[in-house]
Amino acid sequence: MAGEDAIQSGAQSGAQSGPQSADLNRFPAFDPAGRAGASFKPQHFEAIAADPAAIGFLEVHAENYMGAGGPPHAALSAIRNLLPVSLHGVCMSIGGLEPLDRTHLARFAGLVRRYEPFLVSEHLAWSTHDDVFFNDLLPLPYTGETLARVCAHIDQVQEAISRPMLLENPSTYVLFAQSTWAETDFLREIVRRTGCGLLLDINNVFVSATNHGFSAMEYLADFPLDHVGEIHLAGHDEQEDDEGAPLLIDSHDRPVADPVWALYERVLRQCGPITTLVEWDADVPEWPVLQSEAAAAERILHDCRGAATRSTASHALQA
Amino acid sequence: MRSRPDNGAAPRPPFEAAFGRVILEPDRPEPDFVVGPRGKAASRRFDVYRNNVTHSLVTALEEIFPAVALILGERNFRMIARDFVRASPPRSRLVFEYGEGFAAHLAGFDPIRHLAYLPDVARLERAWLDAYHAADEAPLSPGAVGALSPEALASAHFTPHPAMRLIRSDYAVHTIFVAHRTGPMPERIDAGIAESVLVTRPALQVELRHVQPGEAVFLLALRDGATLQEAAECAVLGNPSFDLAGAIGLLLSSGAFSACQPATHSED
Repeated sequence: MAGEDAIQSGAQSGAQSGPQSADLNRFPAFDPAGRAGASFKPQHFEAIAADPAAIGFLEVHAENYMGAGGPPHAALSAIRNLLPVSLHGVCMSIGGLEPLDRTHLARFAGLVRRYEPFLVSEHLAWSTHDDVFFNDLLPLPYTGETLARVCAHIDQVQEAISRPMLLENPSTYVLFAQSTWAETDFLREIVRRTGCGLLLDINNVFVSATNHGFSAMEYLADFPLDHVGEIHLAGHDEQEDDEGAPLLIDSHDRPVADPVWALYERVLRQCGPITTLVEWDADVPEWPVLQSEAAAAERILHDCRGAATRSTASHALQA
Repeated sequence: MRSRPDNGAAPRPPFEAAFGRVILEPDRPEPDFVVGPRGKAASRRFDVYRNNVTHSLVTALEEIFPAVALILGERNFRMIARDFVRASPPRSRLVFEYGEGFAAHLAGFDPIRHLAYLPDVARLERAWLDAYHAADEAPLSPGAVGALSPEALASAHFTPHPAMRLIRSDYAVHTIFVAHRTGPMPERIDAGIAESVLVTRPALQVELRHVQPGEAVFLLALRDGATLQEAAECAVLGNPSFDLAGAIGLLLSSGAFSACQPATHSED
């Protein structure tokens, strides 16, 4: 979730940054095609800066950089001079029925202008209702009503940032009695109506498939893979449901599990290379551990270079 | 489980409202429309969301108030923080802004009333994080002040730097903060000594300074729009030993202000 790493980052960097003009291409042009990235944690700043070529790109949670100034912006500006950055929003509450918060949307769009991320993504989830912020990615029923709201919200975001966004499939622990759409159909229809792309989180697929007793392979076969602009991989925890069966928790606190790696390879063999991020947000290890997870993804990306190239439109900002 | 309303009933409230009503209350059942697959129960499943929400916010408070957490011990802190999360969940999506009311929550919690200094330590920790995320701005340069004539300086107004905070306490909050966050732990802290703390962030590092009572009055008066002469008069009133030259030095060295505006013409 958002917040853990920006509450008090220890990052020090020389670059003093302030709000800057919205000139495009203030940052060096990078091409992260075929590379894998990792979540950026401020405590890794020195290690990353010492060898930026060791990682393809870094992804940040937008909310951690929504303060006015200070060390978080200084660190992100310095990182952005070294590497491509993708911006991952966590708190937009796109999946809620309430209108989007205009202040939050403006802050989000401001970050897109300021840091020129090559990808911008958000979640099919909600986190705020009636002004209370729950700091979690909460699930929504898949109905005609929620579909219309989600599409309206995505239209609003894409208008604010003047570019397409990627929407991430959720990991869920419950289902809704009122749902009338399958998740994959719901996502496909969102793509059709809004023109957004998708962020395929393969760990989320595996977590939800286990929790709800469906086949991850069949889910992926139904998934609109042609519209995937980024893949997420992460580790999960295992608990038990009310009946004592495994209930997986999307914890982002450990290495990617073997079955998730296997699903990842299947997707890439079918689609060819897709920009991939390894997420790690709690119990964050030393940089070499996280970097080696990304390197493992990159080996699979490399092996799949010959696979069918998709017809998909790129969602990356072209330098 | 309640039966679902039929079509003639009032429309169901939004699903988020049903979630929101119970997600911070572990003793209330999950919303009736929340289910597991193939008729499975959803109680432990829904608890995952309850745990995520409460755990993430309690953890955020622990990271915002590390000295308070150290003083209370992890178990006590997390219990008190959990009560706070349930009573005052965040209204901002920016977690680093959370906890404005935590000092008051601590002050109102009877079992820790003997730790009378604790609410002020929490206020200082909250101020530290506000300064950390405050807007970047260059502090007032000594040259800009040195260029003024004594008369112009006396009638000048000062613009507080975005990171500037001042915490006045009846307790030794600076000593307690430093001992629990950055410095070595002294053998004994006399918590009953009043301390005022100036918080600034002239560049990227948050700086804390223990300031004298007269200096605190002086800085607060300047922050609130007094001229330098008016601020000095306020400071000296209750603090005969107030040292104006030292206070101006502090004003400059701390980065508490970002600009000064000398009066453009002499006052009538």
